[in-house]
Amino acid sequence: MTPSPNVERVPNATGGPLLLEVTGVHKRFGGVLALRGVSLGIRAGEVHALVGENGAGKSTLINILAGAVRRDAGRVVFAGREVDLHSPAQSQAAGIAVIHQELAVLPTLSVAENLFMGRMPARAGWLERRAMRAASRDLLAQVNLDVDPRVTISDLSLSQQQLVEIARALSAGARLLIMDEPSSSLTDHETRRLLELVRQLRTKGVAILYVSHRMAEVFAVADRITVYRDGAYVDTLETAATTAEAVVGSMVGRALVAGLPNEHRHPTETILELRELRRRADARSGAYVALDGVSLTVRRGEIVGLAGLVGAGRSEVARAVFGADPVDSGEILLDGHQVRFRTPADAIRMSVAMVPEDRKALALFLEKPVRWNVTMVRLPALARAGVVRRARERALVLEQVERLRIRAPSVETPVRALSGGNQQKTVLARWLITRPKVLILDEPTHGVDVGAKAEIYALIRALARDGVGILLISSELPEVLELSDRIVVMRAGRVAATLDRSEADERLVMLHATGASV
Amino acid sequence: MKDVLQAESPALAVTEDARHSRGAIGRLVAVREAGIFGALVALCIALSLASPYFFTLRNVFNVLQGMSTIGIMAIGMTIVLIAGGLDLSVGSVLAVGAVLTARLMTYVGVNAWLAAVAGLGAGLAFGLVNGLLVTRARIIPFIATLGTLSVGRGLAFLLATGPAGVASNVPMRDAGVGFLGAGYVGPVPMPVILMLTLDVIAALFLANTVLGRQIYAVGSNARAARLCGISVERVLIFTYVVAGGLSALAGIVSTGLLSTASTNLGQGIELDVIAAAVIGGTSLSGGEGSVIGSLFGAAIMAVVRNAFVLLGMPLHLQTMIIGLVILLAVGLDLRRR
Repeated sequence: MTPSPNVERVPNATGGPLLLEVTGVHKRFGGVLALRGVSLGIRAGEVHALVGENGAGKSTLINILAGAVRRDAGRVVFAGREVDLHSPAQSQAAGIAVIHQELAVLPTLSVAENLFMGRMPARAGWLERRAMRAASRDLLAQVNLDVDPRVTISDLSLSQQQLVEIARALSAGARLLIMDEPSSSLTDHETRRLLELVRQLRTKGVAILYVSHRMAEVFAVADRITVYRDGAYVDTLETAATTAEAVVGSMVGRALVAGLPNEHRHPTETILELRELRRRADARSGAYVALDGVSLTVRRGEIVGLAGLVGAGRSEVARAVFGADPVDSGEILLDGHQVRFRTPADAIRMSVAMVPEDRKALALFLEKPVRWNVTMVRLPALARAGVVRRARERALVLEQVERLRIRAPSVETPVRALSGGNQQKTVLARWLITRPKVLILDEPTHGVDVGAKAEIYALIRALARDGVGILLISSELPEVLELSDRIVVMRAGRVAATLDRSEADERLVMLHATGASV
Repeated sequence: MKDVLQAESPALAVTEDARHSRGAIGRLVAVREAGIFGALVALCIALSLASPYFFTLRNVFNVLQGMSTIGIMAIGMTIVLIAGGLDLSVGSVLAVGAVLTARLMTYVGVNAWLAAVAGLGAGLAFGLVNGLLVTRARIIPFIATLGTLSVGRGLAFLLATGPAGVASNVPMRDAGVGFLGAGYVGPVPMPVILMLTLDVIAALFLANTVLGRQIYAVGSNARAARLCGISVERVLIFTYVVAGGLSALAGIVSTGLLSTASTNLGQGIELDVIAAAVIGGTSLSGGEGSVIGSLFGAAIMAVVRNAFVLLGMPLHLQTMIIGLVILLAVGLDLRRR
C-alpha cells in the first residue's frame, strides 16, 4: 500500500491550461478501497486516454465525475472552479458528459426526442416539433450521422445510437466528453468512424477522456495517456514519446505474486476441445461478434486459465460450452466425442459443471436455505419416485459444509445472510456433488475475502489432482498465473495467445490481452 | 437420524443452537403461516363472542362450503404464483369446465363421469395453452391469461347454447357427479373434504418432491434455475396445467352444488383467488408462498363475509373490509421481512 508519489502534483508536465484537475481523490466501497488518492489533469481540447487493468479504478473515477458516486476525499476543479458533483444533473450543468458503455437512450422514443429529452423546445406547453426536427438535423450533422430524426432510436444500430448520445452531450454544452470503452460493441469500421469523430471534436475545442484498454485505439487518438493501477495513479505519458509496451508495463507494474508451484501433475488426455466456436452477440444486426473462431483444449487434471479484458469473450466461451448460449458454428468435443448441448441440462448430464460469474444473479436462490442451494442440481438423484429423501439430502449437505468449511449458522439459513466467500463456497458445493469431469469457473473469487480465496485455490488444485479438467476465467492476473498450467489469452472474441505456465508473466499476458504486441 | 447427523458436525450444531434459541413460541411465529393462522383464530373468537350462531357446527361447515370453490382454485393459483407466474383465466376456465360437463351430460347424453372427465380435460387444456403462451410465445402472464380469460368466457357461452339457440343455464342432475358438490360424508360437505384433501396433497407435493422444489427455484431465480439444469419452460407449463385442472374441478363441484351450470359462473372470481393467496403470504414476485397459507387466506375472507351476514351489516362495507384485509396482510408481511 505505498501511496503514489504523485498524489498532490497534477500531472501536466508540458503546460497548457487545464480544463479538469483531479487531485487526491479517495473512494471506499465497504471494505474495498477503490481509489487511493488518484489525480488526473486534462487540458482543454485534448484527447486524454485513461488506461488500467480490470479493477484499476477507472470506472469509479468516471462515476465520480458523472456525479453518480460521491468521492470520500480529494478535489475536483473544472474550468477553474472547484466543483461538488453531488448529482448527475450538477455534473452535466458544469459541462461534463459521459457516454457509458451501456448506452442510456430511451429506446421507444424518436431520435429527436432523445436528443432533446428534458429540454424540448415548447411554446405555452406545446412542443415545437418542426423546430426540434430542424435543430436535430444540425446536431446529427455535427457527429456525421445522416438519419431522419423522426425514426425510433432503437431502429438504429448501436454505433448510430452512440453517435446520437454524443450529439446530445454536445448540444447540452459539454466541454468534457468522457467515453467509457466506446468501441466495445462496435465493428472495426464503426470504430474507425468513431475515432475520426473524436479527432474532429478535438479541433472544435472539446476535451475528451477516452477510457479504453485497446492500445491500438489509444495510440491512434490520444495526446496523452494516464495509467491507473489498483486504485492508484501511476503515470501520465505523452503518447508521442512512449510505446504500447511501456504503457502496458506500467499497467501491470506490481511485483509478481510468488505463487505456489503446482504439484507435479502430468495432464495427458484431452477431456474438452473447442474447435472454431463462433457466435454473434446480436442476431438482429449480426454486426458484433461475441466469439470469433475460438479453439482451445483442456486436459484431464489440467487447469487452463482464460485471461483477457472485460468484454473479450471469456464468459461467452463458458456459456457456449455449458449450453447456456447457442453457438452459430464450431464443434465441442468431450472425451473425444462431439457433443451439442442445447441446454445446461444436457451439459450437466455429460458431467460438465459451470460456476457462473455474478453469483447473486446467476447462481443463488438468495432467500432459500443453504441446503436447497447446494442440492438444487443433484436433487433428482437424491429422490426416490420424485420424493426427496430428506435425511440423505441433509447428510450430503452437512458433509459439503464441513469439507468446504462453509460458515453458516445452520444449513437452513438463507444464503442471503452469508458472506460473499461462503456464498461462493455454497455454489461450489452444488457442483462438487455432481462429480464433474469438466469444471468451468467464471470469476470464482470475485468479491471473496482473502481467507476464503486461499481455501478456494486449494480446492481448485485438489480437484485438478483428482483428474477434473478445469477452465478458469479470472480478471485477476495473479490468480490466473498462480493456478493455471496453461493460459489462453482472449481478445475481441478470439484467442490471442496460448502461453505455457513457464513462459507467462503479467506483462506478457497484458500485451496479448490489449493487443499491444501485434 | 437427524440427531446422529448433527452430531457428526458438532461445530455446526453448536452455532445452530446459539442462533435458534428463541424457544418454541419464537419458532412457531417464525413459521410462515403462523401469523395468518393467528389472525384467523382471533377473528373467529371475536365473532363467536359477537354472535351465538357463529360457532355452531352448521355455520362452520356453511362457511367452509362457501369458500370451497375459491379454496380449490387458490391451490392452483398459489402454485402458479410461486413459480413467478399469474393466471387471470381461472374464472373462465371454471365456467368452461362446468358448462362443458353439464352440456355433455344433459344435451348430448354422455355418461356423467365421462362428461366430468371431459370438463376436467378442458381445464387442463386451457392450462396447457396458458403455459405455452407464456413460455413459447413469451407473452407476459398477465396479458396471456387476460386473453384466455376472454376466450374462455366466450367459449362458455357457446357451450351453453341449448336446443333453443340461446345461451342459458345448463341443468345438470346426476347423483354421482352431483355428489362432489352437494354430497355429505357424515356432517361434512363433500366440497370441504375435496378442498382439504387437495390442499394437503399440494402442500406435501411442494415440500417434498423434486418438481415442487423446482417450482420454488424457478420463481426465486429463473436464470439460476436454468443454469442448474432445470427445464424452466416445463416447470412453468406444469403449474398452469395444474391451475387449469383445479379450476375446472371447482367448476364441476359448484355445478353439482347448484344443479346447474351458469355461463356467469366464476365471473371476477380470479381476483378473490389471488387475494386468498396474497393474504396467505404468497408473493406476486415469485419464489415464496404456501398452499396452506392460501387456504387460511380464503378462510379469512369467508369468515369476514359470514360476519356480515350474521351481524346483518351492509354489503358494501363487506367489500371495503376485505380490501383493507388484503392491504393489512401484505403490509404486515413486508414489515416482518
